[in-house]
Amino acid sequence: MPFQPIKFYQTGSFVVGNRLLSEDQRSVQSSQARTNSLTLGHRACQGCGEALGARYALDAAMRASGNQMVVANATGCLEVFTTPFPETSWQIPWIHSLFGNSAAVGTGIAAALRSKGKQDIRVVAQAGDGGTVDIGFGPLSGMFERNDDVLFICYDNEAYMNTGVQRSGATPPAARTATTDAVGPHPGEDFGKGKNLPLIAMAHEIPYVATATVAELRDLEYKVEKAMSFHGARYIHVLVPCPLGWGSAPSDTIRLSRMAKETGLFPVFEAEGGEVTSVSKIRHRLPVEEYLRPQRRYQHLFRPQPDTQTIGRIQAIADKNISRFGLLNGEPK
Amino acid sequence: MLEQIEGSQAVARAVGLSRPEVICAYPISPQTHIVEALSVAVKSGALEHCEFVNVESEFAALSVAIGASAAGARSYTATASQGLLYMIEAVYNAAGLGLPIVMTLANRAIGAPINIWNDHSDAMAVRDAGWIQLFAETNQDAADLHIYAFRLAEQLSVPVMVNMDGFILTHATERVDLPSQEQVDAFLPPYAPRTYLDPADPVSIGAMVGPEAFTEVRYLASLRQHEALSSIEQIDEEFGEVFGRRPCGFFSSYRMEDAEIVAVAMGSAVGTLKDAVDDMREQGVRVGALGLRTFRPFPADAIRSALSGSRSVLVFERAHSPGFGGQLSADIAATLRSVEPTVHSVVSGLGGRPVTRRSVASAIQASAKGELGLETFLDLDESLLKREVTELGTARRSSATGGAVAQIIESSGPQGAR
Amino acid sequence: MERPFAITLEVGSSRHNKTGTWRVERPVYVDRLPPCNDACPAGENIQGWLYHAESGDYESAWRKLMEDNPLPAVMGRVCYHPCQTACNRGKLDEEVGINSVEHFLGDLALDKGWMPETAAADTGRTALIIGAGPSGLSAAYHLRRLGHTVTIYEAGANPGGMMRYGIPKYRLPREVLDGEIRRIEAMGVEIVLNHKVNDLAAVLAEKRFDAVFLAIGAEIGKRAYVPAGESARILDAVSFLHSMEGQAPPLLGRRVAIYGGGNTAMDAARTAKRLGATDAVVVYRRTRDRMPAHDFEVEEAVEEGVEMRWLSTVKHADAGKLLLEKMTLDEKGMPTPTGEFEELEADSLILALGQEVDLELLRNVDGVVATDGVVQVDRNMMTGVPGLFAGGDMVPGERTVTVGIGHGKLAARNIDAWLRGTSFSKGGRPELADFDLLNTWYYSDAPQTVRAKLDVARRRSTFDEVVQGLDESNALFEARRCLSCGNCFECDNCYGVCPDNSVIKLGPGLRYEFDYDYCKGCGICAQECPCGAIKMVPESI
Repeated sequence: MPFQPIKFYQTGSFVVGNRLLSEDQRSVQSSQARTNSLTLGHRACQGCGEALGARYALDAAMRASGNQMVVANATGCLEVFTTPFPETSWQIPWIHSLFGNSAAVGTGIAAALRSKGKQDIRVVAQAGDGGTVDIGFGPLSGMFERNDDVLFICYDNEAYMNTGVQRSGATPPAARTATTDAVGPHPGEDFGKGKNLPLIAMAHEIPYVATATVAELRDLEYKVEKAMSFHGARYIHVLVPCPLGWGSAPSDTIRLSRMAKETGLFPVFEAEGGEVTSVSKIRHRLPVEEYLRPQRRYQHLFRPQPDTQTIGRIQAIADKNISRFGLLNGEPK
Repeated sequence: MLEQIEGSQAVARAVGLSRPEVICAYPISPQTHIVEALSVAVKSGALEHCEFVNVESEFAALSVAIGASAAGARSYTATASQGLLYMIEAVYNAAGLGLPIVMTLANRAIGAPINIWNDHSDAMAVRDAGWIQLFAETNQDAADLHIYAFRLAEQLSVPVMVNMDGFILTHATERVDLPSQEQVDAFLPPYAPRTYLDPADPVSIGAMVGPEAFTEVRYLASLRQHEALSSIEQIDEEFGEVFGRRPCGFFSSYRMEDAEIVAVAMGSAVGTLKDAVDDMREQGVRVGALGLRTFRPFPADAIRSALSGSRSVLVFERAHSPGFGGQLSADIAATLRSVEPTVHSVVSGLGGRPVTRRSVASAIQASAKGELGLETFLDLDESLLKREVTELGTARRSSATGGAVAQIIESSGPQGAR
Repeated sequence: MERPFAITLEVGSSRHNKTGTWRVERPVYVDRLPPCNDACPAGENIQGWLYHAESGDYESAWRKLMEDNPLPAVMGRVCYHPCQTACNRGKLDEEVGINSVEHFLGDLALDKGWMPETAAADTGRTALIIGAGPSGLSAAYHLRRLGHTVTIYEAGANPGGMMRYGIPKYRLPREVLDGEIRRIEAMGVEIVLNHKVNDLAAVLAEKRFDAVFLAIGAEIGKRAYVPAGESARILDAVSFLHSMEGQAPPLLGRRVAIYGGGNTAMDAARTAKRLGATDAVVVYRRTRDRMPAHDFEVEEAVEEGVEMRWLSTVKHADAGKLLLEKMTLDEKGMPTPTGEFEELEADSLILALGQEVDLELLRNVDGVVATDGVVQVDRNMMTGVPGLFAGGDMVPGERTVTVGIGHGKLAARNIDAWLRGTSFSKGGRPELADFDLLNTWYYSDAPQTVRAKLDVARRRSTFDEVVQGLDESNALFEARRCLSCGNCFECDNCYGVCPDNSVIKLGPGLRYEFDYDYCKGCGICAQECPCGAIKMVPESI
């Protein structure tokens, strides 16, 4: 695990807070003084993983930067549910320009701050999976290769949720979306498609790349803090379940994130300069069925009969991740 | 200081004198010489406190400028043609956000067919985006207008696009009087943004606005453009005081005193128009020329009063809206709705075809004789077109299409000078 | 800074949008009953005192513990810890070693000389307690804390009852027992020793006391009829263990048989071993899994060399040998004779077949009902005689120190109410914090820390304490293994995981509040609460 577990406490380091730790060792989210970068009254759906992920990540970045931070946001749910005129839920300097350009806007902000000698102010650019792996990919790749001093955070809910759940380059195989419907001989998204952006980011050999989920707050905060310790281009990919698009219970948002990791479907790791430096080990390995079954987007895999062949193909993806990244205890990395 | 200098170099110098803080650009002809020169200035250290970002696309170029401007930096980029279209989403966005970015548009035709030469199709494609659009007649104009543009943009919080004809100006070496740094500093104060991304005073920029307020947002944008008209007059005064010349005005007038016919154009063609006017005046035709520098906001009142005494207005326009006609003449015609002159659209100089003194003169002559149609394509190659139109008609078995095109050719026939 | 209309917005302005109206279910904080507390016969708030121990605040932990039990050092050694059997952590890895933490806290308190909270203002009321065993001492302690004047009449030469005369030293060193009793005395409880009450009616008639609590225990060893030769040496376990206190140890011979399968049988066998018996054989008529003795007692006995003879009854005792009959279990699990016999060499036979109450002192008291040899009490621990209460081994129930201490507390609360002319009610029991209400993912894996044991060689020859206490770091570790079932332990999870920032953290010790103006009712907080202290309830319109 990339962070040192707090040993021997009744709940280890997995809970948000820990009254037994000194203040400076506690998670940002446990603090009464956390920024609440994203505050009350936003219009995200019940149980929104993205709202949670954004507050987690940005509050951590705020702490790491000493509250000297500005954020560029792509078009998408996160933008729409936070800033419908006349109200905004942001409490930090924030700009929304377009769907595909948040990385470039971030680059511009960073360039401006550099030219003004204000590099103590840090820049975060963020987008959903569409704004990252699809329409925003060009500017993001440019930002990476120029090593611009921007932390880019992708909140990945695996489809275009804001427009009504259409398939993106991050939609996993067999998942039903409005444009990969559960019809025909191969219902849901095809196998063999999609982009693995963390690996692509690593191929740019930027200083820091990490993946995280909203289920492991301390890990996420650790990674944001770590990312903020570097200058140059950094990338964090956060899995954020979407109850609406995934067809899951709003209360299951964190549980599903946890299961995505515990099955091996979503490997949680970090990389520096293009090399994986640590992985978050699976604590209690789960078969993929347990992750798939509570989600209506995979309902066709279980009704009328379990589609064991397709489930097996998804399990094979998990197994491949597990061996590729060494996700089980006792394996290197 | 007077220099014999390429247009692009002059513009790069003027931009440099304006102390930009962030410059970003993606290569596209014919604007490349400008940003190349600026990149050298930044990299060599000649231009201090400035970041030069080599971006991966025009979309990123303007997006970087948006970010930089929103963070309070004086931002500049340059593009042309396809590049402008590739960034068009950001063009609208920059205006909507009220970011005072200055962008050079080295005007160039838009493909297909791909064509690197000059016309104004690119500028026309974004005329509704909410930018101020200025057109340089000469390289002196181009250099001056950039300094002027930063001042105007920042005073109004509106982005400004300085148009200069690709190659004709960008690559032409002329005598240019480049101002001193002291003069520019006296005219252009450091950028004091209306609002920017400041951790000490956070705001959310770029909200989603629904039907309840979108109209008002647009109305205010329109108001700001109108406000720009008076700002232009005021800044012109100051520019004159500092530099000893007027760079803009809404337009330049040439031998307009008693003109019955007025030839109108934007950009480098204005010089040609002036030569043709001189020729025609020698032949006793009462003709003048008007070179429009401020296309957006459109100085309708000034144009109306300048043109209301004439009988006929010939708009030599380097762009054409297929299925409709020329955009500039349409704007002028709309401006002259209630006054006398007939507005003729003379579509000319598309894709780099020279607008010659002789062709301009022939159009003026036709107008003087009352033989000029409402829309004319200058210097059209009729024989080529007739063949194509016939083939088109045969191939599609559609006499209607062929017929319509043939009609246009017919109508433009007599005026074309070979 | 200028704020251009509509495009630029004032930060945090979304507070105007009260998203609480979206909600169909609301989360509420609850305190559920942890299974350990539920199972504790002494009514300890185990989760409550572990909470303090987790932070290393052992004194607060001890004081919390002392609210219910005045003898933690004793309890930490002799309790059979049903709390641990019930502990939810047992379903996760291993149950929390509650008993060992109690042991640690009890010893630490003795070491540091911590004293219980001073008694409430004197009420001027007096209570007599007969018997200074676990329930008597417990009742005395609680009554004294409530401000009453308490006197104990103890028949023995020393206080402690079965804790002194029944439990061997190697399980409960006497200085520990003495230390905890002294603390009770120091609170102002008067213990009159060597004061056997033979006629309760006479004591009641004196009317010196406003209330009386009877807690004389069950100190008579049951004597089953065993046909025996004249020279057979037979004694009962109660007397045998009693004789270990201050008297000359009885002569047992080298080979000792113990008849019975309870904890007393184990105590007797292990004591015999320590007295030098080469063979100590427990004879029991059923099988090990049916033995009433606790597993760990049997294990420790076996470790020390005690042998077991299962499915056997003693048919005849003679000098130097016993005749055993082999038994078998019928379909109901009842032992039935097989008619097969075998011999066992034994110089003496110790009977450990249960204990009886000496009801002699009640002979002149009207209104006290004894059934099956035990005194009947109502749910307020009162006998048929108003103001006369009874508890411990002499009333129906399991006969353990822990149950006795629980009886003492319950009796004290009822006596207090009686003395004040009110009535005591226990209040409703909260919903049980079942394992499936927990989100155990949040708890890191941590196996139990086992208390070290004295090495077997020393256990066979000395009465040194067998089970050693945990050191501080291990006790802390063990305390921190508590899952805090059903009770908020301020882990900040709800505060952190709310996507709508609708949990208000009130600060250390103050827990949290929901901001129902904004809470959308997604239920993540309830789902992610590690200890099941949040419940979703439907909104009513």
